[in-house]
Amino acid sequence: MTVEISLGYDKEYVTKFSEGLNEPEWMKTLRLDALQQAERLPMPKPDKTKIDRWNFTKFTHDLRGEELSSLADLPNQIKDFVDQNKEEQNLFIQRDQRVAFASLSQSLKDKGVIFTDMNTAMREHSDLVEKYYMKDGIQVDEHRLTALHAALMNGGVFVYVPENVQVEEPLQAIFWQEDPEAALFNHVIVVADKNSSVTYVENYLSQNNEEEEAVTNILTEVFAHDNAKVSFGAVDNLGAGTTTYVNRRGVADRDAKIEWALGQMNDGYTISENYTYLMGENSLGDAKTVSVGRGSQKQNFTARIVHYGKASEGYILQHGVMKEKATAIFNGIGKIEHGASKSNAEQESRVLMLSKDARGDANPILLIDEDDVTAGHAASVGRVDPMQLFYLMSRGITQKEAERLVIHGFLAPVVKQLPIKAVKEQLTQVIERKVN
Amino acid sequence: MAGSTLEIKNLHVAIEGEEILRGVNLTIKGGEFHAVMGPNGTGKSTLASAVMGHPKYEITEGEVYIDGKDVLEMEVDERAQAGLFLAMQYPSEISGVTNSDFLRSSINARREEGDEISLMKFIKEMDGTMDLLEMDKNMAQRYLNEGFSGGEKKRNEILQLMMLKPAIAILDEIDSGLDIDALKVVSKGINQMRDENFGCLIITHYQRLLNYIAPDKVHVMMQGRIVKSGGPELAQRLEEEGYDWIKQELGIEDETVGQKA
Repeated sequence: MTVEISLGYDKEYVTKFSEGLNEPEWMKTLRLDALQQAERLPMPKPDKTKIDRWNFTKFTHDLRGEELSSLADLPNQIKDFVDQNKEEQNLFIQRDQRVAFASLSQSLKDKGVIFTDMNTAMREHSDLVEKYYMKDGIQVDEHRLTALHAALMNGGVFVYVPENVQVEEPLQAIFWQEDPEAALFNHVIVVADKNSSVTYVENYLSQNNEEEEAVTNILTEVFAHDNAKVSFGAVDNLGAGTTTYVNRRGVADRDAKIEWALGQMNDGYTISENYTYLMGENSLGDAKTVSVGRGSQKQNFTARIVHYGKASEGYILQHGVMKEKATAIFNGIGKIEHGASKSNAEQESRVLMLSKDARGDANPILLIDEDDVTAGHAASVGRVDPMQLFYLMSRGITQKEAERLVIHGFLAPVVKQLPIKAVKEQLTQVIERKVN
Repeated sequence: MAGSTLEIKNLHVAIEGEEILRGVNLTIKGGEFHAVMGPNGTGKSTLASAVMGHPKYEITEGEVYIDGKDVLEMEVDERAQAGLFLAMQYPSEISGVTNSDFLRSSINARREEGDEISLMKFIKEMDGTMDLLEMDKNMAQRYLNEGFSGGEKKRNEILQLMMLKPAIAILDEIDSGLDIDALKVVSKGINQMRDENFGCLIITHYQRLLNYIAPDKVHVMMQGRIVKSGGPELAQRLEEEGYDWIKQELGIEDETVGQKA
């Protein structure tokens, strides 16, 4: 006898939810179709992490936070992520699935840039959203969590940069889960049309402790059309009680670039997938991630870059520090398809463990179906060198401070290279908090 | 009494169960420069590392005091706070931590919170000391010892010595791998430290270094003990005659402890 997982949300609920949001018909259909699939599809199987006992399916779905009258009303932990001195904010804050603050500069509006919540985007730019929503990026039927997401999506933003528009100032989105048990099914789409460029930075924040269980299911789709460039930065900082599935996926056309700078600093169980499809000739994908694990959290990070276009370049760099009883698996996969000649795939995964109970694993993998390519990988998993600590402490530095220096030093090669200044600064702060 | 006093009494040290030091007695006072000499494998470096608290060395017997305080009860950082410094033979490389950040953290670790050294003062002092040690200025921003040549590492140890100004310093083979010019520079730095508040224990197996840094007292180590002590003339005689006469005098055949020092 097979055990059926009850998803707890039925056709009637999903229909009502979609209608309540005045969604276009195509979205309602997509949701209902996805709901059916969610019942039969298997869970994802991240390499080397067993997730069958993780809670992805028990949650409170429909909760709405309050609007903010001013940025000054933000709690301090959130304020750290906002530059309040800016005159013109390109800032979006979502508080428990509700838009709490949204601002986009007039000049960007005039150029046709869209930066708005998913629901508004669907109502005002239905065709545009439909063109990208779970079509060429993430598919509904990949597994139960993608289908469940499609059925129950309840937040997110849509970014569109028209042809030839260069967005100089970063766009920032903050997804703030204030209610400790609210489930977030967040969907982000970033589209950079031909010859355009944009920097987008997002933060997922919550403060729930281990007993306050919540579920987060995040899908993100990034499209860089011909000769476009997207710099995508994130500092994830969800609380210990939140189980997270986050899938960030990019599709790069000819001469396009997608750069990921991900600070994956959740305190709860996390499955993170970051895939980049290099479809066009001469496209580039660069996936950098750092993580600090603590407590008894388990995490699995997979960065995969798939080369279809000729002379495409893919770089993966992952550094993780595991404290206490934390466990993390880092998979870095470079896949070069037949025909993607002159391509280059590089991966580097490094894990530093700070205690005897911490566990880490680094698996750089190259899968190559083409002869005329270059590729390389490097990996290391190790504990803090007691000689390094002895050396630092022999100068009067305490063990705690010595460990802090070693951790910062270990993460520095990635943090230093992150292309977005705001992410670098936020990340340094979060690392500091997690290390102490 | 000026300066601090380091007292090592009947120190026995083992590594992985094998006894290396077999009862070392030594007292160093502020203002004094001591040299511990001896062939390879006689326990000299073990003495240096054990006093600082190297995690691999186990103290099986004996006592160490600085100004009457029990050093063996202290953590490594507390030993440094109490005034000890070890210039290491093989300093660790620490990626991602700049030399200058590391030095500033070390200096501030000795100061009260709120009384940290100002950045300007720190930079000025570091610049001046690096000039004296003829170090390339970009070494301040390089990662700690990473990719440093042997000579650069030694200079960097002396840079730390001069910036941290400990009461008692142990220099473990600070001369090994240095050419004559580098040796002169390093010695200049160490000599600059000489005053009544600074005591120094110089570990070397070459007499050469002592041509540049004049010791007040010279000790010879063999088989994990100090077997002979004297003044600067002892070093001179070792230079001329080697160690064999001491071995003969003491009836020692194999001076080592079966473990590289």
